[in-house]
Amino acid sequence: MKARVHVTLKNGVLDPQGKAVHHALQGLGFDGVNDVRQGKFIELELDGTDAAKAEAEVKEMCEKLLANTVIEDYSIELA
Amino acid sequence: MKSAVILFPGINRENDAIAALEQATGTKPVVVWHGETELPKTDIIMVPGGFSYGDYLRCGAMAAKSPIMRAVAERAKAGVTILGVCNGFQILTEAGLLPGALMRNASLKFICKNTHLKIENADTRFTNQYKAGDFVDYPVAHHDGNFFADSETLDRLEGEGRVILRYCDANGVVDPATNLNGSQRNIAGIINEAGNVLGMMPHPENAIDPLHGGTDGRNLFKSLVEAAS
Repeated sequence: MKARVHVTLKNGVLDPQGKAVHHALQGLGFDGVNDVRQGKFIELELDGTDAAKAEAEVKEMCEKLLANTVIEDYSIELA
Repeated sequence: MKSAVILFPGINRENDAIAALEQATGTKPVVVWHGETELPKTDIIMVPGGFSYGDYLRCGAMAAKSPIMRAVAERAKAGVTILGVCNGFQILTEAGLLPGALMRNASLKFICKNTHLKIENADTRFTNQYKAGDFVDYPVAHHDGNFFADSETLDRLEGEGRVILRYCDANGVVDPATNLNGSQRNIAGIINEAGNVLGMMPHPENAIDPLHGGTDGRNLFKSLVEAAS
């Protein structure tokens, strides 16, 4: 089973990298972009087939290591 | 007086930390490798700067989970003096020993220069050789020193006198223009609730010898010795 984890900065936390990317996109002529938020994508290859168990475990991984919940939110997708 | 320096792979300021502690305590610190699970009995523990684990995932995130940090957390709870500088500050926040987080500098640039800092609270075991309102000159060298915490946490830190250092200019002015890296409220260093753990981005250990260009950092290490003796 695969778990896909998206880690993004919380709303209200300034994202200077996202701002720089936004600025660069505007420089390339992409004028239709209102905002850019940059994050991380982490793909995990897991043992087992129990989706509920896997989700609980990946949530624990996010809380303990994959995300810093002071500044980041995360979402988990199983496939 | 005994001290220890914790060494993680990718740390590069350990020799500066060792020199500063040796100068202040008169004894060479014990260097403890990250894979150890036990610490020798010491009065002071320093987590030095560098790029532990190549800053993978987030600065300090991997080091914070290494075996030795459980022992460091126990010592923190027992009241031992713990100083985290630069990557050491990042590691202590990631380990939950200090609140907040260190984000990418607002300018997105790596900043390597000397900076002025205002001593906000001289009534701590880290700053007792300074006077509140003093300003000092320490080097900084970091890419991720932009201190963030929610406003409730910031208010609590300020209310409890736990903001120890703020970025300022040569006249001691603290304002958005003198904010080196975008840190909330110009914060450069904070202590924990019990007052025995300090995390700071600037490098006092690189301001202890006239050859460094200044010796303003000596009093920070003298303070530790004063408090522990």
